[in-house]
Amino acid sequence: MFDRMFNGDLPLQATDVAARWDSLYNFLVWLSVFFFVLVVGGMIYFAFKYKNRPGLKPKYITGNHTLEAIWIAVPTVLLMVIFAWGYSVYHDMTQAPSDAYEVRVIGKQWLWQFQYDNGKTTIGELYVPMNKPVKLIMTSEDVLHSFFVPNFRIKQDVVPGMYTSVWFEAKLPGKHQIFCTEYCGGSHSGMLAQVIALDEKQWEDWNAGKKLGPIPVAGRELTEADLTSAAQAEAPKPLAEQGKTLFETKGCVACHSIDGSQKPGPTLKGVFGSKIELADGTTITADENYLRESIEKPQAKIVKGFQPIMPTFQGLMSETELNALIAYIKSLK
Amino acid sequence: MATHAEAHAGLNYLNHTRGLKSWLTTLDHKRIGLMYLYSVLVFFLLGGIFALLIRLELFSPGQTIMSATTYNKVFTYHGAIMVFMVIIPAIPAALGNFLLPILVGAKDVAFPRLNLASYYVFMAGALFAATSLFVNQVDTGWTFYTPYSIRTSTSVILVLTGAFIMGFSSILTGLNFIVTIHKLRAPGLSWSRLPLFCWALYATSIIQVLATPVLAITLLLLIAERVLKIGIFDPAIGGDPILFQHFFWFYSHPAVYIMILPAMGVISEVIPVFSRKPIFGYKAIAYSSFGIALIAFIVWGHHMFVSGQSELANFVFSLLTMFVAVPTGIKVFSWVGTMYRGKLRFQAPMLYAMGFLELFTVGGLTGVFLATLSVNVHLTDTYFVIAHFHYTMVGGAIMGFMAGLHYWFPKIFGRMYSEKAAKWGFGLVITGFNVTFFPQFILGSQGMPRRYWDYLPEFTWLNRLSTFGSWILATGLFFSAYYLIKGAISGKEASANPWEALTLEWQTPSPPPHDNFAETPVVTTWLYEYRDQEPVVSA
Repeated sequence: MFDRMFNGDLPLQATDVAARWDSLYNFLVWLSVFFFVLVVGGMIYFAFKYKNRPGLKPKYITGNHTLEAIWIAVPTVLLMVIFAWGYSVYHDMTQAPSDAYEVRVIGKQWLWQFQYDNGKTTIGELYVPMNKPVKLIMTSEDVLHSFFVPNFRIKQDVVPGMYTSVWFEAKLPGKHQIFCTEYCGGSHSGMLAQVIALDEKQWEDWNAGKKLGPIPVAGRELTEADLTSAAQAEAPKPLAEQGKTLFETKGCVACHSIDGSQKPGPTLKGVFGSKIELADGTTITADENYLRESIEKPQAKIVKGFQPIMPTFQGLMSETELNALIAYIKSLK
Repeated sequence: MATHAEAHAGLNYLNHTRGLKSWLTTLDHKRIGLMYLYSVLVFFLLGGIFALLIRLELFSPGQTIMSATTYNKVFTYHGAIMVFMVIIPAIPAALGNFLLPILVGAKDVAFPRLNLASYYVFMAGALFAATSLFVNQVDTGWTFYTPYSIRTSTSVILVLTGAFIMGFSSILTGLNFIVTIHKLRAPGLSWSRLPLFCWALYATSIIQVLATPVLAITLLLLIAERVLKIGIFDPAIGGDPILFQHFFWFYSHPAVYIMILPAMGVISEVIPVFSRKPIFGYKAIAYSSFGIALIAFIVWGHHMFVSGQSELANFVFSLLTMFVAVPTGIKVFSWVGTMYRGKLRFQAPMLYAMGFLELFTVGGLTGVFLATLSVNVHLTDTYFVIAHFHYTMVGGAIMGFMAGLHYWFPKIFGRMYSEKAAKWGFGLVITGFNVTFFPQFILGSQGMPRRYWDYLPEFTWLNRLSTFGSWILATGLFFSAYYLIKGAISGKEASANPWEALTLEWQTPSPPPHDNFAETPVVTTWLYEYRDQEPVVSA
């Protein structure tokens, strides 16, 4: 049961490092079970055996140097083995092969942005080739963040003003969850993204700017829903719906609600056409140009009661994407 | 001989003077200890309410009862209150103040006035921190990591000032205890006869005196940076955010031993008394407290394995951290060894001591996971860490506190609580605790990050189980509060030595007279001589 509770529920083993990590983790789990049974089992055994009853005489014992030497020496040796094993796996985790494919990562409140050698930039989706080492060179635009991919067993803080790096070689195709694991304020738990591990053909297509087919969550087959949504993506769909997809993948959703609930940024429910009170005391009507400016130059007009924390999206969205996004915002009544 | 007369008149520390003023201006360590106790329990209630709110919000993914912004404030206050205002002062300042002078056979601590000042300094700090609740609640997490803590618009300065002031209280109490143990021991109470609770408080005091100033300096630097815009930690103005983490953990790592060592001291007192046997390996337990205190100062970097710290630093900190497990293991094995061939009685203090052993063993073993470099990388900043430190801080420190509170209750109040109620309370607390926190190990190994207001749907059922556990735990604690208050007010009167223990506090009436002892006690043997039950104190 213990085994199932821990090991059976570890995330997918999507890298070789993950497999080595799991062996060490399993060893520690079993070693802990052993010591837990020894200590707590011993305690419970004594509790029954030496329970107070008439005629029971306690024995006068003040210590035993042999026993003490054993329970100093045995744990010390075990701990040194664990340390060495732990360090050896860590070394593999941190030393990227020199031929690794490099991607630049920028964390900001509250989205992940990725810059590739070919000049592309993506938000919320990190495209990488499978079976090839990938090295991420990471920094932050504002506060601390941390880049965590459970399927790869890797994590590294992302620090403003310096570069940190992490590497992995994905062995499983598909989408792998990325979490931010260093508390970064308001929408910390909304700062999610996906690693999209592509096979050779898909990787070439992606680099050539061709459309990719449907991509499943790593470790799962494509579902009906995946196929349907991919088919829908192929088929022309209403502009506002295209905007909805952008809203969810570009990070907007982390800070803006669409139902009027409170998030770090103003809600977008009914925003279009409404009178907006700004921090400088003036009032403006939210039209297309206001929305566009708020996306591309978010610091230009700050809504009263909110902090100037939104990053700029200038150059990160094409004209067609902007049109779709604005169409979606207009639809939020 | 005034005390003889007092004893005849039925006078004790509680009733020898009356009125609110006699309490607020008291120099009696017992009354000061009691004031600490009441204050800490009020803060415990407050911190506990925040904990219940956290668990309630996490009952379902997405918004359950509060917005993300509110949630961030709630977990910040839960952490800050529990660490600075509950666990750090709970055993040393409340139980330690009450018991240390009696345990060493003294009339009071070395500096009674300073002791009262420590209490007021503590309350002043607490007041500062609590004021922020009504101004602009802080949302940085109790760790105040930069640069977020410099940039957030919330009232960080108020809370930092509060923690800064409370730090002084901690330093002064530590100083007072060190001098008391050195200078005020009764005749015959040599170092090798000193109760292990005193050894533990001594080791704790050393950490308090040496580590707390670093926290004070760090908090001052942070305030300076926020107010004067001097670039220390914020890279936007030339600072280094990782430097803050080094400073912060240089205090806060030793601080976790400020929290756990006194609890270990309580356990070392309770187990021999209820096993009717000497403590197993007295010297090893006493020295291992110092081993832990020493190592405490050189392992802070294990909180920072993924911070961007160098690989060499990680290597060294992981290696050093492993050695914490050795003295900790010595203690745990010795406690179980004490039970071997004893004559065990399972009253509430012993049950809590055994609960401590169960929970602290889990907390300690999972600490080895986190000390292991590569294993730490996946588990750090996930719910695995949350579970680990709750098993040590609540399972260890709070269970130790409960053991101590039940053990010394008859001495402090001169009355008994209902033993039957206490057994029920213990059952609820230990069940609730395990149901709340064990699922969090699994959530963490699956990758659920900490400080998350929202989570992926696959984490739902374990979160629900944990929330359900928090209700059992809360029921157990509220029930404990009920029977303890009832016992303190109307419980049956306790004898001087209801547990038949040998240490000095049991050789004076319950509750003790104002001066603790009618005459200065003289110690003639080791205080764990549970062999023949002959008196060890002669007048």
